[in-house]
Amino acid sequence: MLKTSEIAPCFPILQNKTIILVIRYLFMILLAFLLFGIILLISGKDPLQSYKDIFTYTMGSAYGFSEVLVAMIPMLLTALAVALPARVGLINVGGEGQLYIGAAFATFGALTFSSLPAWLLLPIMIILGMLGGALWAFVPGYLKSIGLVNETITTLLLNPIAPKIIGFLIFGFWHSPMDTVKTPNFVAAARLPTFFGTRIHLGLVIGLILLALFWLFMKYTRWGLEMRAIGNNAQAARRNGIPLKKYLIVVMCIGGAIAGLAGMSQVSGFYGVLLLNFSLSLGYMGFMVSWLAGGEPLGILLMSFVISVIITGGNLLQLTRGVPYSVINLLLAFTVFVVLARPNLIKGKKV
Amino acid sequence: MLKSPDPGSSPLNVVSMRGITKAFPGVLANDQIDLDIYASEVHALLGENGAGKSTLMKILYGFYRLDSGQILVNEQPVMIQSPHDARAIQIGMVFQDFSLIPALSVMENLALFLPRLPAVLDVKGINQRIQEVSGRYGLDVNPNALVAQLSIGELQKVEILKLLLADARLLILDEPTRVLAQHEVQALFKVIDTLKKDGYAIVLITHKLREVLECADRITVLRTGKVAGTLIRSEAKEEGLISLMFEKKLGAPIVVPKKVSMEKVSPLLELRDVSTHAEGLETGLKGIDLKVNPGEIVGVAGVSGNGQKELGDVTMGLIHCSHGKKFIFGEDFTDKSVQEARFSGVAFIPENPLTMSIAPFMTVLQNMAITRTMKYARLGGLNIDWQAVRMDVDRSTKKLGFSFPLYILARSLSGGNLQRMVVARELIDEPHLIIASYLTRGLDVQSAIAARQALVQARDNGAGVLLISEDLEELFALSDWLIILYAGKIVGNFKPEDTNVYEIGHLMTGSKVEHVENQ
Repeated sequence: MLKTSEIAPCFPILQNKTIILVIRYLFMILLAFLLFGIILLISGKDPLQSYKDIFTYTMGSAYGFSEVLVAMIPMLLTALAVALPARVGLINVGGEGQLYIGAAFATFGALTFSSLPAWLLLPIMIILGMLGGALWAFVPGYLKSIGLVNETITTLLLNPIAPKIIGFLIFGFWHSPMDTVKTPNFVAAARLPTFFGTRIHLGLVIGLILLALFWLFMKYTRWGLEMRAIGNNAQAARRNGIPLKKYLIVVMCIGGAIAGLAGMSQVSGFYGVLLLNFSLSLGYMGFMVSWLAGGEPLGILLMSFVISVIITGGNLLQLTRGVPYSVINLLLAFTVFVVLARPNLIKGKKV
Repeated sequence: MLKSPDPGSSPLNVVSMRGITKAFPGVLANDQIDLDIYASEVHALLGENGAGKSTLMKILYGFYRLDSGQILVNEQPVMIQSPHDARAIQIGMVFQDFSLIPALSVMENLALFLPRLPAVLDVKGINQRIQEVSGRYGLDVNPNALVAQLSIGELQKVEILKLLLADARLLILDEPTRVLAQHEVQALFKVIDTLKKDGYAIVLITHKLREVLECADRITVLRTGKVAGTLIRSEAKEEGLISLMFEKKLGAPIVVPKKVSMEKVSPLLELRDVSTHAEGLETGLKGIDLKVNPGEIVGVAGVSGNGQKELGDVTMGLIHCSHGKKFIFGEDFTDKSVQEARFSGVAFIPENPLTMSIAPFMTVLQNMAITRTMKYARLGGLNIDWQAVRMDVDRSTKKLGFSFPLYILARSLSGGNLQRMVVARELIDEPHLIIASYLTRGLDVQSAIAARQALVQARDNGAGVLLISEDLEELFALSDWLIILYAGKIVGNFKPEDTNVYEIGHLMTGSKVEHVENQ
């Protein structure tokens, strides 16, 4: 079906590029840790010990590693929700809002059809979650396609509205008898299956599959080709008869749907309940991951893993070393800084 | 005679340019140009687009560095290496696209440009000077208005005021009337007249004959980077200027126009009274009636910016008709999309391949496929048959005799190769209707002939062609029918053998139209 001999000539630089990309990112992450080490040193903590703590916890223990993977799941999805629209030049900052609405739709499914068996209920929740996210993204996508408002602004401005709607739904209709800030716990059939007795749930598999599909889609399909043409030169694509408006709306909605799926997987796989303000900036985190990864699927995998290590490790440092959690934000910031400064840093190294 | 408003500065009597040569990659924009600009005179630089007028003046203003030649001010050689240098010797220029800051007020914009801007603005003093100068030259604008709120005519006034306040004595105006309405043009000429009487030297870059004859004292005609002639107003006549502007040689037609059969044929493209809205600096089309029959090349002549781009875009469906109807292959296409037009067999070679036709960071082969991904899609779109793309490309390039690399990024192709690529791509599927803007731009002689022949061949096979061009020679050689666009209107409609380059020249420069309207 996909003979590489036929495709390879079109992508002569790909083979080397992938390796170089990985080396680059590893080098940059190393640099970020170096910078953060200096901060730790200044505040009187032993950086080597701290790092050792982080790594033995996250990589050395099965439990720690599983927690890293759990943290990765929503990031994979929300990063994809940014990377896909970026291919046609759309900047989707609205992952956060789309995630909330997706979660709300999925919760509606979980509460309404709670008597259905899992094999039926879960697909319904997935579809509902994606539908919710897509609807939330349709508004900016449509407004952009008719040339009215820039999607960056609309997606961003829609973000704070979504949690308010969730609040309205929870307080007004869905709250559990015990607690007004969350819904009743989902029935077992509405929970995504978990693996190996850890908190890793099916969302991870879904995320990885979507990431692979994204790569195949962009590389081989007719739509991928047209999307790349739009991202390259929208004016020319339009003159060449590619339906620009349709693509802008549809791609934006698919992006939203993936973010909605992230919301669904959080409530169904992680919490098992819809909590007020449960996201904690997962949407923005995805934006950062996608940006750092340059929208490349492999980069998204790598970056979301690294960010998850940092966050999970940060929780630990707080306990073992008495480092305030906010310091971890410093490490995150360093990572962003180093990655964004990449062109100048690398040029001298002649990779 | 009135005294100059700033008698303190030394007068600028004559600016001479000697042997000015400037080459850009692929073109010699200015070739050994000599030019003298005197105070108290309006010097018109006349020529077609690409004749080198703007380049020459941008050299004088320090915007471009000259390759060789010399600039003398009052007989003294000077070095002008930047606009800053130019302003220091009292030369100022108003560009076609204005350079004001919309968020600031008129006064603030003017103050920014003052040669010695103090740390603390003397608002009162500046306002007073604005009043003085604007009152004297009829450049009335409200100094406190935001630039964003001004009309285009007012913007121009502010641009001129800016130069005057900055003590410029030589004012270069690059096509100042391009964006102005008729009454604004008259007002501008009045301003220019007053400035002239006050001893300013003014250079007017234009391709409109009527304006030149109305307000210039000295006229230099440029043609393909060389001075075709310099005349003083009393010597200049319309006929003479036109023959200087447009080279008189008309080569033999490459192919004899095909005898169109007299039977009733339905046109491939028909525009009925089509108008469009103009946005910003674009030209709106006004009441265009146009037919392209099978086996016919319709040439569209005109100086660029008179609606050519809009004509191509409206035909493809990129911009909507605000009025009128459009028919393609006998079907009402007024509200149909570009995809539908392309799908039914319309090819489009836009004027600028790099910005309007290709995806720069995709390979050439990928670019060849993006106009018809449906055709090459396999497995319902999940895969693309690159072999088929290659075969199509090979066939098309072989026919045209073009060759260019397929597996490099499109952006690394030269301008000529890009154009070849687009021509080859658009002719792959033997379209029934071809819209070609500036078909031979950037092509060498050989490729240009091949591209033209391809059009003629398509025509002979029954396709219709709308050929938009500024190259009169090309239009005369290829067209079965010739229309002339001026200010968004069709002002002439001929068989090529019934007209001549002078008549077309008149119409393109708008001189005849004005003539008729004035009577």
